[in-house]
Amino acid sequence: MAVQTQTLPKPLDLAPVFKEAALAGLLTLALTVGLVGIRTIEAPGGLSFDTRFDDVAWAVVIVFLGRFALALTRAGRPLPALIGSAAVAAALTFLLLIGEGDPHGVLPFDDPIVSWIVVICAVGLAIRAAVVLGSVEAGSSKAADREQVMDRIAAQFQYATRWFGPLFAAFAIALPFLPFGDRQMVDLATLVLTYIMLGWGLNIVVGLAGLLDLGYVAFYAMGAYSYAMFATEFGFSFWLCLPIAGMLAASLGALLGFPVLRLRGDYLAIVTLGFGEMIRIILTNWWWFTGGPNGIGSIPRPTFFGLPFDRTPEEGAQAFHTFFGLEYESIHRVVFLYYLILVLALITNFFTLRVRRLPVGRAWEALREDEIACRALGINPTNTKLTAFAIGAMFAGFAGSFFATRQGFVSPESFTFIESAIILAIVVLGGMGSQVGVVLAALLLIGLPEFFRELETYRMLAFGAGMVLIMIWRPRGLLAHRDPTITLHHGAAAKAHR
Amino acid sequence: MLSLTGIHTFYGHVEALRGVDLQVEPGRIVTLIGANGAGKSTLLMTICGSPAARRGRILLEGEDITRLPTFEIMRRGLAHAPEGRRIFPRMSVLENLQMGAITTDASHFNADLERVFALFPILQKRQSQRGGTLSGGEQQMLAIGRALMSRPRLLLLDEPSLGLAPLVVKQIFDVIREINEQQKVTVFLVEQNAYHALRLAHHGYVMVNGKITLSGTGRELLANAEVRSAYLEGGH
Repeated sequence: MAVQTQTLPKPLDLAPVFKEAALAGLLTLALTVGLVGIRTIEAPGGLSFDTRFDDVAWAVVIVFLGRFALALTRAGRPLPALIGSAAVAAALTFLLLIGEGDPHGVLPFDDPIVSWIVVICAVGLAIRAAVVLGSVEAGSSKAADREQVMDRIAAQFQYATRWFGPLFAAFAIALPFLPFGDRQMVDLATLVLTYIMLGWGLNIVVGLAGLLDLGYVAFYAMGAYSYAMFATEFGFSFWLCLPIAGMLAASLGALLGFPVLRLRGDYLAIVTLGFGEMIRIILTNWWWFTGGPNGIGSIPRPTFFGLPFDRTPEEGAQAFHTFFGLEYESIHRVVFLYYLILVLALITNFFTLRVRRLPVGRAWEALREDEIACRALGINPTNTKLTAFAIGAMFAGFAGSFFATRQGFVSPESFTFIESAIILAIVVLGGMGSQVGVVLAALLLIGLPEFFRELETYRMLAFGAGMVLIMIWRPRGLLAHRDPTITLHHGAAAKAHR
Repeated sequence: MLSLTGIHTFYGHVEALRGVDLQVEPGRIVTLIGANGAGKSTLLMTICGSPAARRGRILLEGEDITRLPTFEIMRRGLAHAPEGRRIFPRMSVLENLQMGAITTDASHFNADLERVFALFPILQKRQSQRGGTLSGGEQQMLAIGRALMSRPRLLLLDEPSLGLAPLVVKQIFDVIREINEQQKVTVFLVEQNAYHALRLAHHGYVMVNGKITLSGTGRELLANAEVRSAYLEGGH
């Protein structure tokens, strides 16, 4: 009997499937009719507009069909969905490949990239239908099972990072010497590492101490401007400016922290958001001190322990390439900057890993879990939060110095709210408190869109798609599993309290 | 050990405690019983300084702690297992216990840990499990164990029997007696489970609407007609 019910699918009711697909189509219509359907164009004597209702119609049809296939799959009829979406994908691919020279052919959209996105979605649907088809035949698989499998994969991955961690680091060290480690690659890796470092810094504040800071960029800006000013006004070297910038950023963190850390959750988020914007506005308007919107230019580049990376060093001085007897190559500086941020980021990581085992790091985590319980255990919550805030700020200050020396130019435009939002997204999507998660999320959110820079306008689409996919598959972050920082072996309490 | 005189505590304009006088003698188990909303938990929280008493004086071993911030009070030989247990759900049992010892000298951590494991052997078995995955009774044991890790001379317990099965309640009350008798820790116990609490306690107080209405030895209160009708009718 049981076998029969499985082999004979229950009669399909098409009405709800249609209804679901029609609703999705309507929603698309509502969303696109204004945004896509009407476009303002410059006309002689002012603005005029242009309509693109054919694109709207195509979008509605495509969403309707896609949702229809999805609903069919969910209703237990994956085969037609599989065939349909595979056919659409194949047909579109064929048209795209032969229609290369003629963008106004039979394709629905002018821009081939949009058509390729449709192809990718169709392939995704087909794969999903195929998976469902496979699992219907093999038995049944539920969403909860999938969740568990994903959790297990994440936990195993996290366990494996204990061994992979050093391998990752070795790969990072070797990167500039690998065959694909060209200038563009090293530049991209430098950018990703900057965000990894910022993510690790913010992880102390948000991930460990649980303080939602939406104005982290203020400390990044503080570090960048301190370096820019000390280097241009007083001629301080990078290695002297770095600790100064870190200290100044940490003091700013403590200063901001004092009044705001009595707030919690949403309120803290709003106030830090405000402070982040205030710092940017101060930098813009305090023109005689900060250079205003023009920023500070010609910031000295870092030197290799006093050896500049110049093609022609000053009279009597030596440059990096003359000292080591090398041919001058501009990539030397790029590689040096890469190693610089790698070392800074690794220091941040080691610091966090170490401090998590110390009482203050534990207190941060405990504070995130339950502030009232922390008070009852004799922890001073204000001081504990303040140290987390200041230390997080300090690392942002270091990263800011690096940013200033790499760019050679700072202006308030580099420190907008979107920077804070991206850094926070890296921490949250990585899985709050997870160090490896930050690396993965930074690779995904910074590396991938940069990698797709050729896609130009659609680059941010990759950013958004990355976020959406993480939220669907790992709503608590990529690696949300938390390992205890102490264990006892066979009841021996000897190693417990280090 | 602990003495409260004329304590008034307010939540905004609402007077939750209306002049409470109470003594906890060293080496004893003292209990405070009362109905829901009588102000029992507020009294414990006032002792811990949050909210602080608006009027009155709290002396801990002769020192005035009325105006001290919570974390300062908790470093003076007092430990509190708060209402609702409030263990750290994402931290392991061992880490929770370590948090209890965070303000004390690390050198006697191992000895203290063994003491707690001896009282609650189940915690040793569960040591690497996350706090949030424990059962209610185990979480209560963890909350008490965590409080003990700071080597308190006075232990404040807020409704340790809340929401637990009768068998587990009995186990927990046995351990409280053990903590008091063998480890010489003074215990101040706030409870709704009047029967168990009064049987355990050397001395008891009854609270009604933010005031102490009755006090006496545990036995006396158990025999008291008023107490019997208000808190013990229908059971036991």
